[in-house]
Amino acid sequence: MIINDRLGPQGDDVYAALIAAHDGLDTDQSHALNARLVLILLNEIADPNRIAALLAEARALSSSD
Amino acid sequence: MAYDYAPFPYVAPPGLTSPEPRHPVAIVGAGPIGLAMAIDLAQHGIKSVVLDDNNVVSVGSRAICWAKRTLEIFDRLGVGTRMRDKGVTWKVGRLFHGADEVYSFDLLPEDGHKYPAFVNLQQYYVEQYLVERAQALSDHIDLRFLNKVTDHSDHGDHVRLSVETPDGPYQLEAEYYIAAEGAGSPTRKRMELPFKGQTFEEHFLIIDVELPNSPFETEDPERWFWFAPPFHAGQSALLHKQPDNIYRIDLQLGPDTDPKSEATEEKVIPRIKAIIGDMPFRLDWMSVYKFRCAKLDRFVHNRVLFVGDSAHVVSPFGARGGNGGIQDVDNLGWKLAAVLNGAPTTLLDSYDAERRHGSDENILNSARATNFMTPKSKIEALFRNETLRLAAKHPFARKLINSGRLSQPCALADMPLQTGDHPLVGRALIDMPLPDGWLVEAVQGRFCLLTLDAQNWQVPDTIDTYALPATPERAARYGDTGAVLLRPDGHICACFTTPDAAAIQAAYARATGATP
Ligand SMILES: Cc1cc2nc3c(=O)[nH]c(=O)nc-3n(C[C@H](O)[C@H](O)[C@H](O)COP(=O)(O)OP(=O)(O)OC[C@H]3O[C@@H](n4cnc5c(N)ncnc54)[C@H](O)[C@@H]3O)c2cc1C
Repeated sequence: MIINDRLGPQGDDVYAALIAAHDGLDTDQSHALNARLVLILLNEIADPNRIAALLAEARALSSSD
Repeated sequence: MAYDYAPFPYVAPPGLTSPEPRHPVAIVGAGPIGLAMAIDLAQHGIKSVVLDDNNVVSVGSRAICWAKRTLEIFDRLGVGTRMRDKGVTWKVGRLFHGADEVYSFDLLPEDGHKYPAFVNLQQYYVEQYLVERAQALSDHIDLRFLNKVTDHSDHGDHVRLSVETPDGPYQLEAEYYIAAEGAGSPTRKRMELPFKGQTFEEHFLIIDVELPNSPFETEDPERWFWFAPPFHAGQSALLHKQPDNIYRIDLQLGPDTDPKSEATEEKVIPRIKAIIGDMPFRLDWMSVYKFRCAKLDRFVHNRVLFVGDSAHVVSPFGARGGNGGIQDVDNLGWKLAAVLNGAPTTLLDSYDAERRHGSDENILNSARATNFMTPKSKIEALFRNETLRLAAKHPFARKLINSGRLSQPCALADMPLQTGDHPLVGRALIDMPLPDGWLVEAVQGRFCLLTLDAQNWQVPDTIDTYALPATPERAARYGDTGAVLLRPDGHICACFTTPDAAAIQAAYARATGATP
């Protein structure tokens, strides 16, 4: 699957916002935030086929495979 | 008050002294499923002999939640109203994470159904009611307690059984053999049939206590479920009301507990006090379980048919064990009766296909609930806990919390006995009020065409017709025109817009296995 670039010129801002969201959190707190974020994003995407494809894409880079 | 486990009488069976005539059906096991099976067959005019190695109802803490569809089937079998009247109907469920309530829900069942979403009733009452109903059908049901089946052999057109009684062994023959012996099914083991699935490492302590007052904040029965309660660190807990002021407590104990030492008063009493406080109580029963989800590859092996826990087991979260087994009975009863009256045995293959499908659904749901409650890895635990935290604010996350998805009637769309792709096809009938009662009382147990309009519906003699009165419930549940064909188990096998006699005949032939 090709994931289209949808952030365009706002990419840097969005990335910085993601990092800033973790400001002042320790690693456990950050992991918890990420988990909540994933759940919230799943609900935003909603389409199970799309979610399955995105999960596969992320999984494809896991080093154990 | 503790339930009085009165033993059922043992009567020396005729086979001890002289060979018995071949029985149409032998049912091994008089648990809820074997008993319901015998009653269902009797109501279809089929005689059976029921053999049980024991002589009391199920002892201790087992099934309590009976779903709406099960109650509707039990209505047809003659015990539904009694179960509803004795059972506890609850509406409010509360879910806690730690000490905090995450949310509560009110089941507010839709009006216009005879039965609520489910009732809580101890398994021993259910079995008692079924035994009494079976005894009332004694011209068709030969119920034999303290008759243990020790062997069987399939001879192609009949099965031969070896039975042990207090007076010694005997043998009998039956055209069909129904294994309803529960999760440990000796028949399954004798036949060396694989029983594949997932075992959960976690132990659960299941306790029944009698309390003088409601432990909930109101007198209304509720269902309370905790993830990581303050009184039971890191684990889950459930509190649920049953009749006779008995309360069910489920406590997750973790994988590394010693079941023997956990099921002792010394250990259990402090655990109970931690939940209910200083109230006096009577400990009714306690046991420690490990759960699994597993099923047979096939439920039908020539003349040997598997139903209930001997065919499939689930963890109890979602209450799909007994409820699933009752749907097996509902599905098999009319088919086996038809086959014994000359219908093709392909009908039994459809039992196999339809109920394996139902069982897959139950296993999927029960396994998911168990996994949610017992995360296997740090990451699973993390997602679980963050879901719980989000749920306090976000409705979408509440829907992800899984402490058991309660049993729903299985849908049989796209399976061989059904015709067409109308959205109602395959579903179980939807109850509605009638001028003199309920739809579930009026039309179950035989092929019946529910007509929705005044067209000239012509049906073969083998099908009943029933004109549904035009009410708002009918409009919402079935629509305003056409007709709906029900199987004897209440599943919709075809829908028609015009009274095409040939189409109705064809759908009927298909549903009875006469044409593929
Ligand atoms: C803690 C717990 C909670 C549960 N909660 C629920 C719930 O809320 N709702 C729900 O629907 N289900 C629930 N279940 C599951 C439910 O109890 C079972 O699905 C149900 O009992 C299965 O019925 P059965 O008739 O198939 O088997 P069983 O009830 O096990 O009956 C089998 C019978 O066969 C007899 N037998 C065995 N071997 C022989 C032999 N060789 N010869 C003759 N007789 C024999 C036994 O004595 C027994 O009477 C729960 C289970 C547990 C353990």
